[in-house]
Amino acid sequence: MFLEQLLNGITLGSTYALIALGYTMVYGIIQLINFAHGEVYMIGAFVGLFLVAMGANIFLALLGAMLFCMLLGMTIERVAYRPLRGKSSRLSALISAIGVSIFLSTLMALLAQTNTRSYPEVISNRTFNLGSLELSVLQISILAVAAILMIGLQLMIQHTRLGKAMRASSQDLDASYLMGINVNRIISATFAIGSALAAAGGVMVGVYYHAVWPYMGMMAGLKAFAAAILGGIGSIPGAMVGGITLGVLEIMGVAYISPSYKDAIAFGILIIVLLIRPQGLFGKKIVKKV
Amino acid sequence: MLELKHISQEFGGLRALDEVNLIVNEGQIYGLIGPNGAGKTTLFNIITGIYQPTEGGVYFQGQKIDGNPPHQVARMGIGRTFQNIRLFAKLSVLDNVRVGSHAVTQAGLFGSILGLPVVRREEKQILHKSQTLLEMVGLQDKRWEYAENLSYGEQRRLEIARALALQPTLLLLDEPAAGMNATEKQELMSLIYYIQKEMKLTILLVEHDMNLVMSICERIAVLDYGRKIADGSPEQIKNDERVIQSYLGAPA
Repeated sequence: MFLEQLLNGITLGSTYALIALGYTMVYGIIQLINFAHGEVYMIGAFVGLFLVAMGANIFLALLGAMLFCMLLGMTIERVAYRPLRGKSSRLSALISAIGVSIFLSTLMALLAQTNTRSYPEVISNRTFNLGSLELSVLQISILAVAAILMIGLQLMIQHTRLGKAMRASSQDLDASYLMGINVNRIISATFAIGSALAAAGGVMVGVYYHAVWPYMGMMAGLKAFAAAILGGIGSIPGAMVGGITLGVLEIMGVAYISPSYKDAIAFGILIIVLLIRPQGLFGKKIVKKV
Repeated sequence: MLELKHISQEFGGLRALDEVNLIVNEGQIYGLIGPNGAGKTTLFNIITGIYQPTEGGVYFQGQKIDGNPPHQVARMGIGRTFQNIRLFAKLSVLDNVRVGSHAVTQAGLFGSILGLPVVRREEKQILHKSQTLLEMVGLQDKRWEYAENLSYGEQRRLEIARALALQPTLLLLDEPAAGMNATEKQELMSLIYYIQKEMKLTILLVEHDMNLVMSICERIAVLDYGRKIADGSPEQIKNDERVIQSYLGAPA
């Protein structure tokens, strides 16, 4: 029972982690909380659903959703954030992000109505036993996709020149400019990658929980944001661990305390962690030199 | 090589630079001196495209470059270091240099994710080039360390190596000797000489250490309250009345 709940928690948490990565990467480079990120996740879920309904294989649908959201993320950055960058306060970009968020969710409500839709059974829900543990093919698929994406991201960040340029930009934007890095392009790439990961999370949640609707980005976005903070905003491993931790805590709360306190437990623990470790699990404590 | 024509820069009501003219010829080591707040770093920021001058123009190899974004100015061949060190603290020493190299190579960012053969070949050349640069500044042994773990003098030298990775023809050094002890300064001077000869560079440097400036610069310009009050050979500068009055002080 406990192991099964743990596995459920990790599955849920890995989708939080995928969304949290987008928050943390964008924050790492331009210190913006991209409040429209939850809506990118929601649109990813819808695009995947649409492609599946058109008869696409689920993995093709996943790729399609990721690709679509890549472009969406880059467009959002280009239209709503870049014009404000450097010219107005960081708060304006934040307000702009909230605007985009509301715009996207209401647009989707107009296009797709507000009823909850669900993916058909695209991945078999067949279960099998591993010792005392009951696993479903669906769960394994979700965990595998999430793991592949996160490992891929980590390799990309550590070893490619795009990854190095991203790390350089997150450490010192101005110096990066002067080293010949086209910072705008790096920011654009960051939005693209973060959005693609969120879309993957959206499709996976759609397949797993059968609940796709235009306002699903709100709560998921908040939770993923909380996960990013929990891990230490700006830290990529932090977002991964933060997401999974939050997912596990939430499921454990539901299983052992009460389902009605689901969100309260998740956010309550977030508050406690932050009281003890304000910089998050993986954040570094910056001691300002005086 | 580099020509500044009637450069003025205003911040709000403050005139930080006033009608500054400057000509740096190819192959020169050119010194820029003056009291704190005279506008030296501002001038660097204008040359590298961080600021757009309020008036006047910046010409590099005959081409007007002001108005270009900083990363393009960098790619045209102007490298720089910073007064307050601005290394990528959490990148390895080697990666700090490699980041500079990447800007001047062909392969695009997304090509690098795919790991195309072209990219891999280029990556090899970059590695080789970066290691040569690190050897030149004496940091080859520390190439896997985080930049933040280097000593102060080492960080300054790493900044030079990083700037050189852009394959610049003009190198701007903002107080390269600040915080160095006498030995380190001596080493720095030979390093500046060496890279200037070896890489056929033109160097423009801001420095407060008069010994260093007077001994390595062929030509010196003096800024005071945003105005250029003199330029000439070290000898001329040493004996210039206005310079002595406002900056050097009377000989004791």
